[in-house]
Order: sequence, then structure tokens, then C-alpha cells
Amino acid sequence: MQLRAVGVELAGNRVLRDVDLAVEEGELLLVAGRTGVGKSTLLGTFNGLVPWFTGGTMSGGVWLGDVDITARPPRERAADVGYVGQDPSAGFVTDTVEEELAYGMEQLGLDPPTMRRRVEETLDLLGVADLRGRDLRTLSGGQQQRVAIGSVLTMHPRLLVLDEPTSALDPTAAEDVLATLARLVHDVGLAVVVAEHRLERVVPFADRVCLLPGDGTVVVGPPAEVLAASPVVPPIVELGRVAGWSPLPLSVRDARRAARHASPIPPVPPTSQDQEFCRAPGNTPAAGEGLAARGLRVTYGSAGRQTVALRDVDVDLPAGAVTAVMGRNGSGKSSLLWALREPARRAAGSVSGSVGVGLVPQTAADLLYLETVGEECTAADRDAAAAAGTTRALLDRLVPGVDDRVHPRDLSEGQRLALVLAVVLAAAPAVVALDEPTRGLDYPAKRALTEVLLAMAAEGRAVVVASHDVEFVAEVADRVIVLSDGEVVSSGPTGEVLAQSPAFAPQVAKILGPPWLTVEQVVAAREQR
Amino acid sequence: MTTAELPRARVRVRQLPRELHPGAWWIWALGLAAAASATTNPLLLLLVVAEAGVVVALRRSDHPWSRAFRLYLWLGLVVVVLRVLFRVVLGGATGTGTVLLDLPEIPLPHWVLGIRLLGPVTADTVLAGLYDGMRLAAILICVGAANALANPKRLLKSLPPALYEVGTTVVVAVAILPQLADSVRRVRQAQRLRGSGHGRRSLRRLLVPVLEDALERSLALAAGMDARGYGRAGDLTPRQRRVTGTLLIAGLVGISVGVYAVLDQSAPRVLAVPMLVLGALAAAAGFVSAGRRVQRTRYRPDPWRVPELLVAGSGVLVAAAAFVLLPHQPAVQDPALTAAPTLTLAALLLVLLGLVPALVAPRTSS
Repeated sequence: MQLRAVGVELAGNRVLRDVDLAVEEGELLLVAGRTGVGKSTLLGTFNGLVPWFTGGTMSGGVWLGDVDITARPPRERAADVGYVGQDPSAGFVTDTVEEELAYGMEQLGLDPPTMRRRVEETLDLLGVADLRGRDLRTLSGGQQQRVAIGSVLTMHPRLLVLDEPTSALDPTAAEDVLATLARLVHDVGLAVVVAEHRLERVVPFADRVCLLPGDGTVVVGPPAEVLAASPVVPPIVELGRVAGWSPLPLSVRDARRAARHASPIPPVPPTSQDQEFCRAPGNTPAAGEGLAARGLRVTYGSAGRQTVALRDVDVDLPAGAVTAVMGRNGSGKSSLLWALREPARRAAGSVSGSVGVGLVPQTAADLLYLETVGEECTAADRDAAAAAGTTRALLDRLVPGVDDRVHPRDLSEGQRLALVLAVVLAAAPAVVALDEPTRGLDYPAKRALTEVLLAMAAEGRAVVVASHDVEFVAEVADRVIVLSDGEVVSSGPTGEVLAQSPAFAPQVAKILGPPWLTVEQVVAAREQR
Repeated sequence: MTTAELPRARVRVRQLPRELHPGAWWIWALGLAAAASATTNPLLLLLVVAEAGVVVALRRSDHPWSRAFRLYLWLGLVVVVLRVLFRVVLGGATGTGTVLLDLPEIPLPHWVLGIRLLGPVTADTVLAGLYDGMRLAAILICVGAANALANPKRLLKSLPPALYEVGTTVVVAVAILPQLADSVRRVRQAQRLRGSGHGRRSLRRLLVPVLEDALERSLALAAGMDARGYGRAGDLTPRQRRVTGTLLIAGLVGISVGVYAVLDQSAPRVLAVPMLVLGALAAAAGFVSAGRRVQRTRYRPDPWRVPELLVAGSGVLVAAAAFVLLPHQPAVQDPALTAAPTLTLAALLLVLLGLVPALVAPRTSS
């Protein structure tokens, strides 16, 4: 599969220019870059969604072997290029796993015995055979993602294109999906193109990296070379740059070896005296008293078929500290945040301490309904009975320079999140809760969010974040609560909890061992020395 | 001991549990409904409803739509009650028979012709309303039985290939509904986080995000379907495409002219039935041609075997019997309002044919 001198112009913006890219059989190509540089656009050119579905103009050609397929619409390319979009559940056409796997083959007009055979093979290949009759909506995120991959694999494409396949998944489910992809690349010889924000997850599996620096061009090469100069890098590469390791290690195993031999890292781990980066709760001037919940219980469904989301959970959210809630998809993280905010959600239990919990829900855009940022700000002031301009001032503090006349849907993910956060903060809550805020944010945007959350904690608010993102939690949280099946399985300072768990350990902890968590700690320790 | 003395092994081929072809259920149910429409005998109507109920109770699956049958029973009851009430309020036209309740008639201006408001309620009025209502209710309940027994999605998938696109559109539209409800719930929860809004504004703040969400979902779904080959043209020559188009348009024109000529008595007779038949033939040929163009196949199609044939056949037989035999027995078909309704053995047996599916249809897996 080749892109030859491809240029794309969408709504007057030149997104891609003169892109030459060849994907070989049996390789995994990782597409990296900041939000909004055109990663999805690049992926779309492979299967024809760009420009057939998105509009805009495209120059250059797309070649499959010796055939020019530029003029073929996506439906005619379906047999050669399999495409899985950002939200797999939005692309499901049927409602059971087996029918979904067969759908593409029905369109191709394959004969029933072949279809039957391929469905069985694919069920086994992806390890979803026990789900065959299940309703697609009842599957977990990782299972949905694997079924979505399977539903294009049954057409036996030569190239598989995936747009952020692990963004919405917890670390374990993400590993399942990536292991499946690695198996397809190695055993089946499929060519796979993946765009992903969470580089730390995909880089170890990638054969080559295609970096979009932002000017419409691409840089393609071996991961170590390309990432050495990339604006977005996973923590492991950042650590390698700090320590001056060469060649740059890409997997935890290589980095461990480098750390053992080169060892330019301070051998003495940070002690309790000089850890200014481990902000202990209570160090900051506490304005509120925090929040304490006892015996929280949340149930769904009627008395007959009750599912328990939270089982008598005790939670303490001290003022001036950031608490992270982690756990698998469906372990009760969102239920906990909603139960803190709304008494009606609690089947039992009490919440004492600061009243006024501001909650930013998982799909933050649900809160917005007006045409411009300015109108949203005014409405938020009115709703919260705050002085005019309060929300606007908060927004300027979070992300300066957002135009009042822009439609909220046209903002970037990070800006929209900031707007929602400003709307929530307008009511001056003593406790701020955020549900999966890092979805769709790149590393710089995540860093900005980290600073905002730490500043809010420094003002004496209690901040609680539900997140899958290990690296983000390692940087932002003082305390971590791990939930499983609605129960608290561990709770304590970030360093202890994260380092103990193999699934939730950040890369730096895996390389250097506890109590190291983030690259910043290493940098700070080196400067002190 | 010889082998003859051994207890004979009982070989009995049992049907494996599976879902019956949805088309068979619909033919059976429509047959019963047709039979019900041909009579006002309350005994026969009750029999038909009871048959439908028994078959549903024995052969329905555990899918969500199977539970809808009870809803249809209630709907039937409502229809009967309404029908009787209307007869009473609008005054029976007959006015004969025993007077059950002597209500005063409300005088209406003379230009309201043929309508009486209230007036004496006679036994005939009530009975006529009851029988009429029961007929309507029985038809409704038969349709409800088909709904409870047949998987609607599999039915749409059994459509002829030329209608494939229409079928897929309906399936997708049905699948969207629960998602929309989900979206409304989520947005309402989120909006409550922002404090109170009243009146028009609160409706708007709910509608805008829900509609935006629905639009984005539709776009994502359309992209997904396109990327997976929905609507492939395949290798079709321009000539084939022209033939199909010409046949379909000719069929449409023929049918339109034919229908017009049949209805308008002044039009030349050549244009009536012959034109209608020609048009229908052209349209059928166009459908076949269009169907051949569709290079799609079905994954695990529903088989049409002996049980399907028996179930559908029983429905057709019941309908045929009702239309052929009942007119010969007017006392059974439309019993007089003054005497108790009666049944004959033939009518009873023929209607009981509708119970065949309870015996021959395979059980569902549950």
C-alpha cells in the first residue's frame, strides 16, 4: 500500500502536503503527532473516507500494489483495507457478535460455507469465541474493540487501519488489544497502521513510526530515530533523553538494561525530607475541610435483578490534595463520582464535609448547548448566580485566548474540557470531580491539565479524578484509590499504590523501581545532586 | 433370548430447538386474522384469540419483543370497551330489543342528520358493539401473536434482495432508538450538574446536545458502513443497469395507468386490467433484475423446512375455510343479535386447525 505525493485540503486548510508513505506487508506502523495535526485525515486516505466522506480536495495517488485505487470509493476498497474508527460501538451495524463479524462478508457476496468458516476462525484468532451470541451493547470496551477488529478481518483485508484503538481502555484491556494486533502482524503477515495518543502503549510493538510534526509533512523511520526529535514522546523516551541513553530504549526491558549499565540516575531514591514533588496532604493552606464519605452504596436495576456498582465504600478526599480513582472499565469509578455529587444516586451511605461538588462528566460536551463560547460563559454565570465575567475569567486562567465567538464544538478537545471545567468552577465548588478527563488529550494538553488540577488543589479544594491513564495519575495525584467490582482494593499515597500494582505501574517505576514515578522526579533529583 | 424379545428401542426423531422462519409465523397469524375478519360470531372469535394465546405461550422465545403479546391483549380489551361505549353514546341505529337503560336523548339541531346522541340503550346496541369490537380485537391480537413469535430483524433480512437497502435502513433505524433514549438520559444527568433551567430554555439545553449526539452517531455509522462495503456496485455493466431501470419505470407507469383506468369507468377498457397486469409483470421483471445485480449473500439464512410449511399451511387453510365455508352457514358467520350464537362441528374443526403450530413448530432454545 502506497501513498504517492498525497496532499489534502479540508475547508481551506492544507492538512497534508506531498506525503509519500509505503506500508509493507507484516509491519505495524504507528502514526504519532499532536491533536489536530491530521492523523485521522492521513488514516482516512488509506481507505478512501478522505476525501469521499469528509469532503475537501485531495491530490496525489493511493496505490495498492501496482493498481491505482485513488478513484475507488471506500465501499469498493473494503475488501482490501479494513478500517476501525475511534469509537467502535458507533460503527456497529448489527446487534450480535456473530452477525457483526459476518456483515462485511455479506456485502462482498461470499458464499455461506466460506462465511461460516471465516467467522469461526476469526472468533478464535481474537479470543472472543465465548461472546459469539452476545448483544454488542453489553460488551466491555476491550471486547467491543476486538469485535470491531474482527468484523473487518473477516473480509481478509491486506491492510488494517485503526484510529486510537486503546484510548478508551483500561491498561489491561489495552494490552489485550495490542497483543491481538501484534499476533496479526507476526502470524498473519497483515500490515497494520495505528494512530494513538498513548505512545507508551504502542511504541514497543511498532516497527516504524510516522510522525506528523504539524506542517502537513510526515517523518517516517525506525521508532528510536523518529522519537528522538519528536514533540510527543512517551515517558520512557523522555527518561532516555534526560539520562542521555543512546540508542534510545523503547521497551521497558531495554530501558532497565540501560539503567543498570549506564546508571546516570542518582542511585539514592528521594527520601521523605527532600521530596518537594510528593505534596503531602495538609501542606497547603486548606480552605475547605475536604470531604468524607462513609458506607457509600450504589445499585442499578430493580430489586429482582440488581447489579451493585458500589459496595459500602468509604472514601476520604482531603482538601488541598488530588485523589485519583483507578480500576478496570466498569469497576464503579463513575458511580463513585456521581454518588459523591448527587444524594439521589446513593442507595445508602453518607457524605460529610464540604458541600458543593462540581462534576465534569465523561462526555463533557453534554453540558454545552449554546452557539458560542461567550454565551456559554454568560449562561454559566447566571446559573451559578456568580458575578458577570466569572466564568470568562476562569476560562482565561485555564486556557488563555479562546475567542468568544467560536462554537464550542469547534474547540479542540483540551479547550472544550477547559470550558466545561470553567462552567463547573463558576459555582465555586469546594470539591472538583473529573471523570476520565484525559480522553483525546495529547501529552502537552495533559501537562496543562495537570498544572490546572494542581493549582486547584493548592487553592484548598479537594480534587478527585477517575482515570485509566497511569502516567497522568502518576504526575497529578497525591493519593490513589483502586476500585474493583465496587469495592476498594487499595488506597494510599500514589507512590505506594501504583508501584505495588503490575498493571498500574507507570513506565518510570517499572524501569527504576519504586519509589520513582515520573520523569520530573528524576530531573529534580538530578538537579539537586 | 432372541432379538425379537428385546424391548424395542424407541427411535423418535426429536426436533432440535431453533427459531422458526419469521415468514411462516406471519403467514399463519395473517391467516388467523383473515378468518377472524370474516365472522362476528363471538364463540369463533374467542376461539381464534385463545389459539393465538396458546401458541404464543408455548412457542415464544425470550427476546424482548416476545413480551409485547400481553400489550396486544390489553389493546384488544380497550378496543372492545371503546366500541361498546361509542355505540351507547352515539345511540344504536336499530333501537329494537330489550331496553337495558333508558337514557334521555340529547336533542341535536336538525342539520346534524343521522346522528343521535344517547337515547335508550337496548340489548341489540350493546351486543352489536360487542361483536364488532371483538372482531377488531381478534385481528389485532393475531398481529400481536406474529410480533411475539417472529424475530423482526430476521424477517427484514429475509426480504428479497432488491429490497435489501430498505431492510437495512429499517434495521438501523430501529437500533438507533435505544441509543437515543440513552443519550437523553446521559444529557439530562449532565445538565443537572449545571443548575436549574426553566421552560423553553431547559427544553433547548436538552435537545441541542441530544441532536448533536444523534447526528454525530449517524455520521460515524454511515462512515463505518461505507468502510465495510455497504452499497457496493460490484461489476455491473452499464447495459444491465439500463435494462433494470427501464423495466422498473415501465412497470411503475403501467401500474399507475392500469389503476387509474380500473377506477375511472369512462377510460377505455383496454387500459384497465391488461395494463395493470403488464405493469405488474414489468415491475416483477425489474425486481428480479435488480435482485440479480445485488451481489450480497446471507450469513446463516433461516431455512424453510417441513415445520415452516405446516405452520404457514395451517394459517392459509384456516383463512380459506373461513371464506369458503362460512358463507354457507350464515347463522354461524353472523349470528342474530336476539339469540345465543351457535357453532357447527365443521366450523369448530376448521378453526381449530390454527392450533397446528403448537404441535409442529420447534421449540426455541430457551
